[in-house]
Amino acid sequence: MTDTGIGAPVRRKEDYRFVTGNGRYLDDMNRPGQCYAYFVRSPYAHASFTVDTSAASKMPGVQAVYTGADIAASGLGGLICGWTITQKNGEPHIAPPHPLLALDTVRHVGDTLAVVIADTYHGAKDAAEQVVVEYEALPAVTSVTEAVKKGAPQVHAEAPGNLCYDWEIGDKATTDAAFEKAAHVTRFEVVNNRVIPNAIEPRAALAEYDSGSDEITLYTTSQNPHVARLVISAFIQLAPENKLRVVAPDVGGGFGSKIFIYLEECVTAWAARNLKRPVKWTAERSESFMTDAHGRDHVSNVELALDGDGKFLGLRVSTLANMGAYLSTFASCVPTYLYATLMQGQYTTSAIYCEVKAVFTHTTPVDAVRGAGRPEATYVVERAVEEAARELKLDPAEIRRRNFIQADAFPYQTQVALLYDSGNYPGTLDKALDLIDYDGFAKRRESSESAGKLRGIGFSSYIEACGIAPSSVVGSLGAGVGLYESAQVRFNPTGNVIVYTGSHSHGQGHETTFAQLVSDRLGVPFDQIEIVHGDTAKIPFAMGTYGSRSLAVGGSAISKAIDKIIAKGKKIAAHTLEAAVEDIEFENGNFTVAGTDKQMDIASVAFSAYVPHNYPSDELEPGLDESAFYDPANFTFPFGTHVCEVEVDPETGETQIVRWAAADDFGNIVNPMIVEGQVHGGVAHGVGQALLEGCRFDDSGQLLTGSYMDYAMPRADTLPPMQIATQVTPCPHNPLGVKGCGEAGAIAAPAAVMNAITDAIGTRDLTMPATPEKVWRAIQSTR
Amino acid sequence: MSVNVSMTLNGKAVSVEAEPRTLLVSLLRDQLGLTGTHVGCDTSQCGACLVHVNGRAVKSCTMLAAQADGAEVKTIEGVARNGELHPMQEAFREHHGLQCGFCTPGMIMSALDLVNVNPDPSESEIRGWLEGNLCRCTGYQNIVKAIQAGARAMREGGKSS
Repeated sequence: MTDTGIGAPVRRKEDYRFVTGNGRYLDDMNRPGQCYAYFVRSPYAHASFTVDTSAASKMPGVQAVYTGADIAASGLGGLICGWTITQKNGEPHIAPPHPLLALDTVRHVGDTLAVVIADTYHGAKDAAEQVVVEYEALPAVTSVTEAVKKGAPQVHAEAPGNLCYDWEIGDKATTDAAFEKAAHVTRFEVVNNRVIPNAIEPRAALAEYDSGSDEITLYTTSQNPHVARLVISAFIQLAPENKLRVVAPDVGGGFGSKIFIYLEECVTAWAARNLKRPVKWTAERSESFMTDAHGRDHVSNVELALDGDGKFLGLRVSTLANMGAYLSTFASCVPTYLYATLMQGQYTTSAIYCEVKAVFTHTTPVDAVRGAGRPEATYVVERAVEEAARELKLDPAEIRRRNFIQADAFPYQTQVALLYDSGNYPGTLDKALDLIDYDGFAKRRESSESAGKLRGIGFSSYIEACGIAPSSVVGSLGAGVGLYESAQVRFNPTGNVIVYTGSHSHGQGHETTFAQLVSDRLGVPFDQIEIVHGDTAKIPFAMGTYGSRSLAVGGSAISKAIDKIIAKGKKIAAHTLEAAVEDIEFENGNFTVAGTDKQMDIASVAFSAYVPHNYPSDELEPGLDESAFYDPANFTFPFGTHVCEVEVDPETGETQIVRWAAADDFGNIVNPMIVEGQVHGGVAHGVGQALLEGCRFDDSGQLLTGSYMDYAMPRADTLPPMQIATQVTPCPHNPLGVKGCGEAGAIAAPAAVMNAITDAIGTRDLTMPATPEKVWRAIQSTR
Repeated sequence: MSVNVSMTLNGKAVSVEAEPRTLLVSLLRDQLGLTGTHVGCDTSQCGACLVHVNGRAVKSCTMLAAQADGAEVKTIEGVARNGELHPMQEAFREHHGLQCGFCTPGMIMSALDLVNVNPDPSESEIRGWLEGNLCRCTGYQNIVKAIQAGARAMREGGKSS
């Protein structure tokens, strides 16, 4: 291992610009003559309306005021959901229209019905106040359990009973039979609270139109600019792809929320072309709360059947998943193929059945947030396992051990469609037990008790499916796209390298990790490698960043392009060194004729390729510049065990996390410093969901948690120092043996925290977020 | 109608005309082009807009530009000297105290304010001090480590903010 190669904790290339204030986020960009967009949003969760823009149009500096009628007249299409779920009855899911601006009905607080474009930001905002909207408030429904009741307010005429789909996976008959012979059944309701993603950089868009070339350039806060371009071109029909450039510059965090194609960037780009002036929009934080797609929001009935020895015989889960008012870009696949397919967990449970009803409500659309479906699955499985252990008076580590899929059982076909490729679950459990000092827990509990505190410990042995995904598999399940990734590795004549990657970085450190990979494989010095991402005019068509896929899929694409570079380099070297191609070996940046001291370094090969004075032009094209698309053979399956230890003050209900152990298996690791940082951040996100974060609406559908005063985010003093270890079971089917690490913490953490608190207070009836009030009430209920 | 704002910004005298309702952060970002100071929440909770005014930390989204008239203002752009990172910036880089980087300028400015009043902060003092700064990426672990290391380096090097 070199100090900048694979496995080294290289300090990040991108940091100099960020610590000096030289990052280039979207709102930092301006264009001469730009206008500002300000959107008019509904204060009602459900209302019919009429709108009068005449006063606003006359305000100083106003260039245009557009409504849904203007959009409809322009012929633009609406927003789409890119994954069609096939229901139990064989019918496709119901995807009601989602116009860019509402026409006559608003369906959630923040639903958008007009936009003002003006010379200044304040001018646009002032004029938006003058847009007269007559609302007729209608009854609203926000919770899934209410929305499915007979007589509930209806969100869309197209979706009777508010049902988007009724879907199932697994073998119902076999699972029912397993319950028949069970010695014990653990049953309970599991609520997964709605969270708001809250990247600290608000969403934004800046669009400019070049009337000479008829080209629109849209700068936007996106995790996947090509997907944005595809949707805006093919479905919104704003402009053909060859006349639309989408650029995502430095992006200040995504967590899923910047995957999706939102109305604001579409309208901003359309307005820029209409007005022939650049138009800029930046969300205020309250708009982020109302309109960034939310996450989670499930209510599930969970049943786990066990035999007399605590072996899992069957798992039966029935889930209501909130979709919000419209189907967001990938909303439909989150509570199905990213959720129910993970119900096997790390266990040999021999029969599993899960049914999911996706439900429309008068709330902000719900889609993927860090983990996307997998945190919800882990929460179901790991809460059930822990409760079963308690009911059977089994040690929580022991019940897991009895049920683990063993390390020699891979590949392992699950009951819910996935084929686990590799794993060693007892390994990470043992590591986590060591890190937390499990043997010392009883003593620590005693000492907490003597101080008047309740101490609890909670486990979460999670599995995730990352590196999404084989295009043929997702296609057969209803995805409208393939999920490969692209890369281009380009040598310049002087021997330095530019890598164009389809994986977008918004904090993950690709500029560093990918450069390590290239430096390691090609022997080019780390600081002579540039990583370029986020611009459809520069990089090959790409699918972008989500589902912890960047290294496993995007990195594998780079690796594949590197293979091509080496193969071509060998041919060039063979010619120059007058040897047979088969005799050329490549190592540490040098092409060598096997068994001789004849060699040529890769920079010389590159020079020869671009200055081809002595070059086999009849056999090879000049240039050293190779592209690759990598389509994975399977998902990757990171896993691990997190253990949380809490101390609860019974007088106040306040929970302190006092210890945290994380033992994760991400396969091979390129940069351990970055991996550790990803685990920290994921755990913080999951702890936030468990202890603090909960999106709330009142009965009329008003968003009660619409600012940082009302929505509690994890802060520096929420989190304890964490003990982190990794185990390495390489992924067997991608060239790097890597799996992905970005979501693990968020997937593992909620179950670990809630298992610990319920252990401490002695009742399972507690929902997230476990605020002091809720914990205090739960304690009172046990007394 | 506009007001004149004259201040010392990162050691240099500047004088600009601004609408009276202009916030300090808008003046810095939109009129003076110093975009290292970020806006994350508009309501002074996230701390991405934190700058120093007369040597103390201020959330520039909650201060009118006019109030900075006559003041000494320092932003993240004024922290490094001659292209060389300040020890606190270096510590953030060394300890991976940032991911997406959006909250980072505010974090660094807040850390420098902390070290001014407490040159040797404990871990829990740092965690408490950061109550006004949100980060969604790092889980704060490495930010806390970075600030401790940065404070140590400043003590050893005799540096101030």
